[in-house]
Amino acid sequence: MIDIAVLGAGPAGMAAATQAAQRGASVVLFDESPAPGGQVYRAAPAGYAMPRDADRAEGDALRAALAASNAVVRTGHRVWGVGGGPLVPLGEAAAPFRLDALAPDGSNTITEARALVLATGTHERIIPFPGWTLPGVLGLAAATILLKANGVLPGRRVVVAGAGPLLYAVAAKLAKAGATVAAVVDLAATSEWIAALPALMARPDLLARGAAWRASLTLKGVPVLAAHRIVAAEGVGVLQRVRVAPLAGGDYRVFDCDALTIGHGLVPATEATRAFRAAHRYVAESGGWVPVLDEDRRTSIPLLYACGDGSGVRGAAAAPASGRVAALAALRDLGLIDAASHATSRASPAADFARASRAGGAMARMMALRPALVAAIPPETIICRCEGVTRAQIEAAVEDGATAMNQVKQFTRCGMGPCQGRLCGEAAAELVAARVGGREKAGFATGRVPLRPVAMDALLGDFDYADIPVPRPAPI
Amino acid sequence: MSAPFDVAVIGAGVMGCSTALHLARAGMKTVLLDRGAICREASGVNAGTLTMQMTRAALVPYALRAHEMWMRMAEWCDGGHVQAVDCPGLSVAFTEHEIAMLEERAHFRRQAGAPIEIVSTARAREIEPGLSDKALLAGHCPIDGFTSAYLTGRAFRPALLNAGVELREDTAVRGIQPGFSIDTEAGELRATRVVLAGGVWLQDMAAWLGITLPIKVLINQLVVTERLPPVMRTVLGVASGLLSLKQYANGTVLIGGGWQGIGDRERGGLAVKPDSFLGNVRLAAHTIPALRDARVVRSWLGLEAETADALPAIGPIPGVPDAWIIGSVHSGYTSGPYMGKLLAQAICGQAPELPLFPIDRLLAKDQAA
Repeated sequence: MIDIAVLGAGPAGMAAATQAAQRGASVVLFDESPAPGGQVYRAAPAGYAMPRDADRAEGDALRAALAASNAVVRTGHRVWGVGGGPLVPLGEAAAPFRLDALAPDGSNTITEARALVLATGTHERIIPFPGWTLPGVLGLAAATILLKANGVLPGRRVVVAGAGPLLYAVAAKLAKAGATVAAVVDLAATSEWIAALPALMARPDLLARGAAWRASLTLKGVPVLAAHRIVAAEGVGVLQRVRVAPLAGGDYRVFDCDALTIGHGLVPATEATRAFRAAHRYVAESGGWVPVLDEDRRTSIPLLYACGDGSGVRGAAAAPASGRVAALAALRDLGLIDAASHATSRASPAADFARASRAGGAMARMMALRPALVAAIPPETIICRCEGVTRAQIEAAVEDGATAMNQVKQFTRCGMGPCQGRLCGEAAAELVAARVGGREKAGFATGRVPLRPVAMDALLGDFDYADIPVPRPAPI
Repeated sequence: MSAPFDVAVIGAGVMGCSTALHLARAGMKTVLLDRGAICREASGVNAGTLTMQMTRAALVPYALRAHEMWMRMAEWCDGGHVQAVDCPGLSVAFTEHEIAMLEERAHFRRQAGAPIEIVSTARAREIEPGLSDKALLAGHCPIDGFTSAYLTGRAFRPALLNAGVELREDTAVRGIQPGFSIDTEAGELRATRVVLAGGVWLQDMAAWLGITLPIKVLINQLVVTERLPPVMRTVLGVASGLLSLKQYANGTVLIGGGWQGIGDRERGGLAVKPDSFLGNVRLAAHTIPALRDARVVRSWLGLEAETADALPAIGPIPGVPDAWIIGSVHSGYTSGPYMGKLLAQAICGQAPELPLFPIDRLLAKDQAA
């Protein structure tokens, strides 16, 4: 058994694993990507030479520190199962945490750890609109992954839409990489950006980068539409154009394009904390449901910690500090460092986190869910694309008495498909919340394993019938 | 205070819903209470299996009638239905020991009225081309099938309301005083009769009336795959009863069979047990080899109640006039709507079409009537 397992090798997870290993803990860090880095600091794949940028440099520094530590890094491992901890029969003491992961060779590996640090990041929020399921429409974060990981453009002529700083980063990077940016469609009004400026002053480097992105777009004559939204994506079998209108209403504009990258913010990935039945609360400006944490990032479950954007969106710059705070708490709770050492060590990362959170928090507020966008979804628009469930069907289920997400799921199949609600959950919950009196009341679907779809073949391995421990049958 | 209800049914699972519906249609002023949402516990999360080959022999006559009710649900439930599918069922044996078990169990179920015939592997693979060639023998029952259990609450709800049932969800009952005065989170309500229909929580509910009724809790695991091309067309089980497999019209395959997970009455179904999870999916893939190519998207758990003799608790509560109980029916979802109908007949003073399962046998001597 190891001391600390860390799930997710983004900036928070890398920093947590490095910190814990530096202080003598045995540490294993898991990530499904081929290299550590996460999304913002994603590494170039082996054999690719990618241009250096600021993100790359920060990521490389975290990767170098991790590599110099004794942490065992298991990249290419898809953790599908979480268990142990509080998930034991009534009356039994908490068990070691258990992670089941598929290794790159397809085999299943089991890791037991005394403490578990979750650094699971976010998934992208996309509030549906007519045509959002057309080929050619993809997430804003998805577009950055394509660009960063493989230098691939999502299209030749791209509309970039949604909310938050990613909008301008993606638009600028697309233009630099050779795409024509047909338009940037920002949900935020110019006044919202101005209001965020004081908080952004805490990170002049990020502010400068953002200004440079915008300047490069202006230079290229890219139309930037503030307080506008995508009304519809249109095309025959594939995206050909988008319809754009001011949020306040008014005339449509049409932009021809072969790709639309759109993102309405980031949602903390809470699959694991939900599976452990940790306490959660809904904090719109942190991205949605987040685990309840103390100041040292302890969840309500002993020896379970959460850090980085997966515990509340504060951005990549704030993530490493939150990872270090979580790791130090785990070290302390395991008795690997004493109280005095903990108090001394945590001061610096805690202050770093508070500082970086100011800018990150302002951006998170910009990316928070906008109820008006949900209200504008037409009734026949598909919300759950795995199961083909429309807004009208979700609202009919609420009319039929489903007042919480678990029951809405039962009544409609919304969220029962391979994405398990990761893509549709936000819009669906918001539709329910509007009718039952808030997101807290609407709740969330119970967290269950597998955390990601898992191939049966990999699970099963080679076995004989005699190996299956078939329990005793019920009486006849 | 408003006039008392003729009957308060506590627990809005399939047993409580069916009982309440039939009572209301017989003219009783009925309130149906649940601490959560309608059919959100076992009734909404079970495997929806309508098989005779996992039903206890004593319950086969009930399950046959319930099978008919599920298939024709829209007709008696104001259009509400659970997408019931009528298809053959196979129960297979992979070892000599299982052959003996299969033959013995088929014999008892056949005596009870289930039209089960023992067939060769070749015949079984005509009925189910997806079946593994490792099967040695199979029990074939033309009466089998399955539902989408997650639709059960939605299917019952409009009919309950149409019949005048007052449905009170999210209303936990805290206790019952004689008479009956029912103490809920939302205040007191009065009813001339009570029906306890609380699944695994029947033990706690019986205690409200001073009755000690031990109820064992089974934590049944379920696993579902993503959508697949057709890999099977029957309900498949194994002789021991520890597998139930079926493929829905949307392509997903549901893997169950009562493998035990982690949970309890207090905390519900907490988590799958890794060994049970692996054992269950291995048994499934051993039976339908094409499942090897599937991906699992979700697992979950449901709580099943069982009495000391694993037979139902359905009938009057001894020593407490006008108090009734219904539950702990093995494969209870399968027989559920029919059991509720029978209990409603008894409560209305009629002779039930088939005998109930009085609980005197389960109580300490000083409590039995």
